[in-house]
Parts: sequence; C-alpha cells; structure tokens
Amino acid sequence: MIPGSFEYHRPDSVDGAVALLNEHGDEARLLAGGHSLIPMMKLRMAVPSHIVDLQAIESLHGISEEGGEIVIGALTTQHEVLASALLAGKCPILPEAAALIADPQVRYCGTIGGNVANGDPGNDMPAIMQALGATYRAVGPNGSRDIAARDYYEAAYFTALEENEVLTQIRIPTPAAGHGAAYEKQKRKIGDYATAAAAVILTMDGGRCSSASIALTNVAATPLYAEAAAAALVGTDLGEAAVDTAVRLAEEITEPTSDGRGPADFRTHVAGVMVRRAIARAQKNAG
Amino acid sequence: MNAEVASVEERKQNLKGMGTARRRVEDARFVQGKGNYVDDIKLPGMLFGDFVRSPYAHARIKSVNKEAALAVPGVKAVLTADDLKPVNLAWMPTLAGDVQMVLADGKVLFQGQEVAFVIAEDRYAASDAAELVEVEYEELPVLVDPFKAMDPGAPVLREDLEGKTEGAHGPRRHHNHIFTWEVGDKDGTEKALAEADVLATELITYQRVHPCPLETAGCVASMDKVNGQLTLWGTFQAPHAVRTVASLISTIPEHKIRVISPDIGGGFGNKVGVYPGYICAVVASIVLGVPVKWIEDRIENLQSTAFARDYHMTGEISATRDGKITGLKCHVLADHGGFDACADPTKFPAGFFNICTGSYDIPVAHVSVDGVYTNKAPGGVAYRCSFRVTEASYFIERMVDVLARKLEMDPAELRMKNFIRKEQFPYTSALGWEYDSGDYHTAMEKALETVSYKALREEQKANREAFARGETRSLMGVGVGFFTEIVGAGPIKNCDILGLGMFDSCEIRVHPTGSAIARLGTISQGQGHATTFAQILASEIGIPADQITVEEGDTDTAPYGLGTYGSRSTPVAGAATAMAGRKIRAKAQMIAAYLLEVHDDDVEFEVDRFVVKGAPERFKTMAEVAFAAYNSVPPGMEPGLEAVSYYDPPNMTYPFGAYICVVDIDVDTGVTDIRRFYALDDCGTRINPMIIEGQVHGGLTEALAIAMGQEISYDEMGNVKGASLMDFFLPTAVETPVWETDFTVTPSPHHPIGAKGVGESPNVGGVSAFSNAVNDAFAHLGLTHTQMPHDHWRVWKTAERLGVTA
Repeated sequence: MIPGSFEYHRPDSVDGAVALLNEHGDEARLLAGGHSLIPMMKLRMAVPSHIVDLQAIESLHGISEEGGEIVIGALTTQHEVLASALLAGKCPILPEAAALIADPQVRYCGTIGGNVANGDPGNDMPAIMQALGATYRAVGPNGSRDIAARDYYEAAYFTALEENEVLTQIRIPTPAAGHGAAYEKQKRKIGDYATAAAAVILTMDGGRCSSASIALTNVAATPLYAEAAAAALVGTDLGEAAVDTAVRLAEEITEPTSDGRGPADFRTHVAGVMVRRAIARAQKNAG
Repeated sequence: MNAEVASVEERKQNLKGMGTARRRVEDARFVQGKGNYVDDIKLPGMLFGDFVRSPYAHARIKSVNKEAALAVPGVKAVLTADDLKPVNLAWMPTLAGDVQMVLADGKVLFQGQEVAFVIAEDRYAASDAAELVEVEYEELPVLVDPFKAMDPGAPVLREDLEGKTEGAHGPRRHHNHIFTWEVGDKDGTEKALAEADVLATELITYQRVHPCPLETAGCVASMDKVNGQLTLWGTFQAPHAVRTVASLISTIPEHKIRVISPDIGGGFGNKVGVYPGYICAVVASIVLGVPVKWIEDRIENLQSTAFARDYHMTGEISATRDGKITGLKCHVLADHGGFDACADPTKFPAGFFNICTGSYDIPVAHVSVDGVYTNKAPGGVAYRCSFRVTEASYFIERMVDVLARKLEMDPAELRMKNFIRKEQFPYTSALGWEYDSGDYHTAMEKALETVSYKALREEQKANREAFARGETRSLMGVGVGFFTEIVGAGPIKNCDILGLGMFDSCEIRVHPTGSAIARLGTISQGQGHATTFAQILASEIGIPADQITVEEGDTDTAPYGLGTYGSRSTPVAGAATAMAGRKIRAKAQMIAAYLLEVHDDDVEFEVDRFVVKGAPERFKTMAEVAFAAYNSVPPGMEPGLEAVSYYDPPNMTYPFGAYICVVDIDVDTGVTDIRRFYALDDCGTRINPMIIEGQVHGGLTEALAIAMGQEISYDEMGNVKGASLMDFFLPTAVETPVWETDFTVTPSPHHPIGAKGVGESPNVGGVSAFSNAVNDAFAHLGLTHTQMPHDHWRVWKTAERLGVTA
C-alpha cells in the first residue's frame, strides 16, 4: 500500500500538461481527482515516474451550456455534478448517477473527467455518456479533436485517447425537453462498482416512444452501448413485448466476468433487470 | 463538616455507578482524533519493516537473493529464515500447541505468507526494496478443499511434522490431520437418533471470514542494549501473555520486557495471537540496536492475519413427532490453514464448540471435530465471540429451524417447547457445561410479543399468496433466533493458555483526597473499560466514577491478566474489580469505625459513606476515610488504602437472548432488505445501559456483515479472492438497518455483581437470526437450508434453484 517514487508536476495550462506528457511519454500519468490512479499506485499496479496534476488548470473546471450543448470541464467533481442546477434541470441523469458513485468524500475529489477518461469498466459515467451521445474533447500537441463516447472505449483501461492528449471537456447535446431518463444500478454496498447498471434515455410522443438509447455499465470490458435494445423500443408503446425484446437484446451483448459480485450469468440477468427497471422509470420521468 | 443534605438517591446519582448510562470517558480523545495508536508512536532513529510475501499458496523456496534490495538507499537489513535460525526464531510456537514459520523456511504454505523482512529508514524505501527481493519458487500441488485434506494422495503440507503421529491434542491419523476432539455420549446419541420419530440432517457451513478491525496489526520494538530492556508497543489484546511468550521464545528475562498496548482500534479476536511481524520487529531491533516499527496494511491483514470460522458442520437432530428434541450429533471439519494458530484455551482445540446444544434441553449429544491443514492462512480466532461459540450457535439455531421445517412446526413454538426451563438452572448440558442461570421462556415470550410475531406470520402468509398470484416479486422472511453464550474464560481448573490460568486482576489505589486509580489485566479495544470499570468501583467503594482513573495495557504497571477477548473482561476482570473494591471497603470500614469510635460491626456502608447503625447523623464519607487512611489508621493497621484481586472465576457465565429479524427479498435481483431487527439481550446485571446498547449495535452490524456478505474465499490455486474492502463486506451506515434493542435481567449467581458480559452476544445471536430469516423466506418453496453469506447472487441462485426467478 506504499506507492513507488515519482516526480510531481503541476502545470497551470492544458498546453503545459500536454508538453509534460509529450516529454515523458508513457512514464507520465495525469492526476485529476486521484480516485482511480492513487489506489492503483498504492497497489503498485501503476508505477508512473511522473505525475501531472491537473488541479491548477482553471479552464478544466465548470459546467455550462453553449449553443445546444452542455459542456462539463474534465476537472468538475462528482459533487459539483450532483449539485448543479443546470444539470438537474436539463440532464438529470447525471446528478442521479453521480449520487450512486462511491460516497460523499470520494465525490468531493473524484472528477467526471477522470471517471470517463480512465477506461475502467466499473465506472458509471461512461455508459451514461454513451447513452447521451456525448463527445470528449481531447487536446494534444496538434490541437484538439472530439471523440464520440461511443467510440472511445476499446478495452479495459484502453481508450482512444493518445498518450500525449488531455481529455479537457465532455460535450453533451442538450437532451430534448421532456425526455425521460433513469440510471439503475445494483451494487453490494456504498462505494462498490455495479454488479450491473443500465442507463436509459427516451422521449415519448403521443404514448409512443419516439427515441431511445440504452447503455450498460460493468458487464463487459467496456461500457456497452445497447443500440439494438434501444431500437426495439422506438415506435412502440413500451408494452411488455417491446420491453422483453429490449431486455433480451441488452442481455445478449453482455460479457461480464465472474467475480465477487456474482457469476457471469447472474450479472447478465441483473443487467436485464436494470434495463427493465430503467425503462419503466424513464417512461415515468418522460413528458 | 457533616452538613450533608443530599438524599441517598442524589448521592447515588452523583457516583454514576452501576446502572447509569454514563457517557464514555474515552470518547473525548477519539472524537478529536487524539487517540494514541501504535502507528502514532514515533521514536528517535526508528526504522520500518515490511514483508516480502509469497504469491503462491504452496511452493518450495529454491533461493532468496537480497542483493538488489540491500542496494536501495536507506535499507538497513533483509531478514530471512536463515538469519533467524541462529537465534532459534525461524519458527515460533502457536497458542494451539503447533509451531509456525516466522519467515518461510524452505517452503510456503499459503498465499501472503511472510518470506523476508526488509528493514529501512522509511516505509517507502522498505516497500521499494521488498519489491526487489528475488525469491525463486517451485510451485507445489495446492490443497484448498478441506474435504480433500485427508485423501490418501493429498499433498503433504507440513513436512516438518513428518512421522509425527501424536499432536498437541492427541493422535494424528493423516499427514494433514491436526487433531480429533470428541465430547459427549456417542453410543447414546446414535441410539437416540436411530430410534427417533423424526430425524433431520444438514451440512451447515460457516464460511471463512475475517474480524477486519479498522486498525490493522502492528508493533514497535525497542531494544535498549545498555540495559538489556525490550519495550514492545503493539496491538495486543493480551499484553501480559505477549510478554510471557516473548520472554519464553527470545530468552530475554521477563522482567526485562515491557509490553504496552496503546489505544487499539478494534480487536475482535484478530489481535490475540502472536504474528511473525512482532518477532521480526523484535529481532530487527535487537540486531540493529534501534527501534523498529511494523504496521501491516489492509490487504496483508485480510490475507494473512488470523481469519475466523471455516467450520463445516454436519448435523443430525432427532425429535418426537410432537417436537421434543431427543438427540443431537455434530461432526465438524475445521479448516485451520497451514498452521494451527487458533487462540483457544489449551484443553479446547475446538474452543467451547460443545456449547452447541444451545438453549435446549437435549438429553443426549455427541460432537466430534477434525482439524485439518490446508494451503490457507492460519487463524481460527474468536471473531467477536467466545471460542467457537458463534459457530456452535449458528449450527444449533439452523438445525432447530431445519427440524421445524421437517416437523412442519413453527420455529418459535419448537424453541419454546425445548428450552431449558427456568427451574432447571444451574443446568448441566449433555456436553458437559453447567449453565449458571437463565429464563429463556420469558425472554422469548417478550420478543414474540414485542414484534407481534403472530401478525408477522399472517402477513407472511398473505405475501406468499400474493407472490403465487404474481402480484409481487418480493418474499418476506421471519428469522427467529435464540442463543446461549458461554463467556468469561475462565476457571483455572479447565482454562489456560500456554499454561497461564485464565484468571484476571484488578489493583486499586485510593488517593488521600478520595480519588482513585484502578489498573487491570485486561485491555479495552473499544469496549469502554475506562467508563464501566470505574462504574463498578463507584458502586463498590462510594467514590464517584468521574474520580476514578482506569488504566490498562502496560505490563510494567498493570497486574498480570490474560487480556480482553471472549467477553471475559466483565465476567473475570469485572469480578476482580468488585472483589478488590470490597477489600478496600472492608479496610475503609475499620478506619471509619475507628474514626467514629464504634465497633467495626456498628457501621454500615451507604452509597458513599459509612454510617453508624441507628445513628444516621454520625458517618464518615469515603473521601474522609481515604484521607484518614494516610494519617490516622487504627493502631496496628498499615497506612494506605490499596487492594489487589486476582479472580479465578468459579464458572463461566451464560448470557442469552432472543433475536427476531424480518427480511424482504427481491427474487429478481437477490437484494435483501432487513425491514426490522429486534434484539433482546440478557447479560445479567447491567453496568452501563448505553454502552450495552452500543455494543449490541456494533455486534449486530458485524453479524449482518457475516450473514449477508463477508467471505474470505480462495480459488483452486489458493489465491485469496477479494482481500480488500472493495470486496470484503464492511457495512456502512447505509447498509445497516435500524436496531431495536431490549433486555431482561437474569443475574449470574456466581459473579460478584451478577454481570455476564455482552460485547459478543449480538454477533453470536445475530448471524443465525439473519440466516434463519433468509431461509424462512423460501421455506414454503421447499428450502431447508442455504449457505451463507446471503449476498445478492447466492440469494438469487437459491431463488433460481427453487424455480421462482423469471
């Protein structure tokens, strides 16, 4: 539980952070809230020689809305997400999910950027970002680029982010007014990763589902965007048959590992239950 | 000076003696972060030790290369078994009569076993260097399943015991066999079972769990080479025993060893034994001549430091058709890991497991326990219970429920039918214990009435009907549990540890101004001794509890005692406190009589003073007597007011209680919701109701943890699965239900103040109540028993097996 030694850097600009990453290559790791990296370092599963602490970079903090997009700075803490009036009004699934992450102490430090950037399959925000159709803005030596959350995750802890890039913003198309959303998460206790969790976002029009997206947490090496499951809902009145189909299609794409949360078949089953419950609650929240 | 106006009642309140919900005097420092734990101890020149641990569960060690580690700046030494052999410390005796490697000697027997000890100027250097110690292993076949331990072809774990057919507890019949322990009437039991109307059989497994105190184990060893004096601070539940053991194995004379237990952040049995870290720190301090600190981290604690339970209990219980229990048989397969390091009284290799007839008047019973070695960490400690008593209580309470199913009888009714009756106490059980006192029927009736048991069963019936109609996916379970503990080890005639009789002690000094200090052989780890022992004394000697300091844990100042575990502090040291107090009072009475110029027998003690019989206006307060003890004692009497008592209890005490748990189970997710938990405890005389309630809350929370999630499990390679608080279930306030507490009072007839001990009751009684509730929820579907822990996936699998999942 004692980390190896490292050099500590605290740049005050994104360019400064990128320059440090460029200089030290894979020996450097970015530190945001530290709640993924520091435990890994204590276990010596991560032994970076250089830590680039992003806390001093002002431009990475804050939540705003810009021309139809909600923009969240990567260093925004889970607590700030939880307390945001803007998000409570326009994108309530984010504060709802933030409240299910760890505990208050962790949420005061843990950041949304770190949560989505790291590629930990246990993290909750990645699946929600996929369901919301978010993009991540990455800044590297050659400027910035946007990466869709649905394309970002390659394998556990492997992402589309380059070694010398900093994920600076999360940009979410502002969900339609009147949308319904829900995040259902089953966990063993406070602070635990999901046994399985599901994010559902949908809109209803005259009793029919006019759009839907579904994504799953911690039932594969990456978050899962359940495109077919969501498609099965669109155009229906969310009756039993449509929901059954969506649940089945969602279960089909899961590939959970067996661990202390339960064997794979159980976790797949729970993913289905979470999808079913999230659909029901999202429908209730819509309109 | 005798212008006293306070009434007897007011003076009693002023004492804050027994029965008062006195606030814990310890809390002021704890809530301010001012406790002094072993890791707070910093000495000049102190070095830090860290272990190199085995990644393998069973392997031969081909070589250890220290070179790269020694080259790390700040590293002072790297110890291996070869370095410990010249001082004869490569192995150490265990409390169970076995020996255990301090550092791996030729092979390793469990994952996480200590292989080398790196000593450096700071923790970082020690940790860096530990990574660089090169150990070459040759993997050996791994034995994980205790049921295969005594197979003919099972791997040989303990090569050091080769050819040894006699162990510390009798003959060994296999190379992985440790002992067989038998109690009771085998033939009589077989006969009762064979002739019974009804026989129920079940394998009840109590999984391997871990006490997981918030503070992990650690120590600071400081050898003063000039004086030849060793001072050892550590997380010790039994500091005096540690001193004696340290002297015996180090050959340092006992008077040259001082052991100090500072504040301890929870023990729960985890800090009773002697661990390799202690020995290594002591040796390192002797070799290097400076203090050495060793503090384990959470993973090390969970992986290597004293697990609990791992009992596989096959039970048979017989009864007449109308539900009178006629016999009980139990065979236990006990998985002790690589070394037998249980912390039980010497003559009890399975602890007091033979309390497993529980609260029932069972005419004949037989128990046999086979202890076996496996490639797992050693331990088998009493995790918030007296020795193996939670295992026994869980066993009998599950077996009674299993029998109730078979008889199609209500489990509460079956219990009432078989309880030992009030008039049968003192009661000698079929397995040889003499229960001191009890009133089980009254306790159970009060419990059933308080929770409206009949209404709960009616609600459950409606729930089951609604479930069958598909109107709900939730099943309701009602867990009825009753327990009898056996605590307060114990009478020297049958209880010792390494030959040390399990008495305990108290020494009191009353100061001239009427305040006092009491020192005890026990050591609080959160129990609140400084609060409660002062209350006992306040009532006994009439000095306000606020003016009595209670001190424990320093072997240079405290009288010898066997420490705190097995709920023994109140039954044994609490009794010593009362007895020492009575010696003080007896002497004080003579002084008072002398001052009042009357005969000794003409004064009587009244709350805080001695009063002349028939002349209430003539009295001397204890404060006045205390001062007089230092200047005007009767002729021929020694001055001063001090006493010491070493108390050898005549019997154990037998606290009991009735617990009822109501659970709602979501069969689609396996999620359990403890809707209600009612705990009635009878711990005899109640010293501090607030502390009792706190103890019950804590113990129930640990019972919840065990029943619903805790497990130290291994894969087939002997890798420990989930040895961190991510996986090992330590409930937070969110997972913890509201506890309802209640009590009856049945004093112990042999204890000076009638107290029985309470700290462990809720764990002993709680686990089975939770488990019974979960099992009960599925009973109508044909379930008789499902194993703990009742975590989500296991509960769901049970539902799936019973065909009620979607």
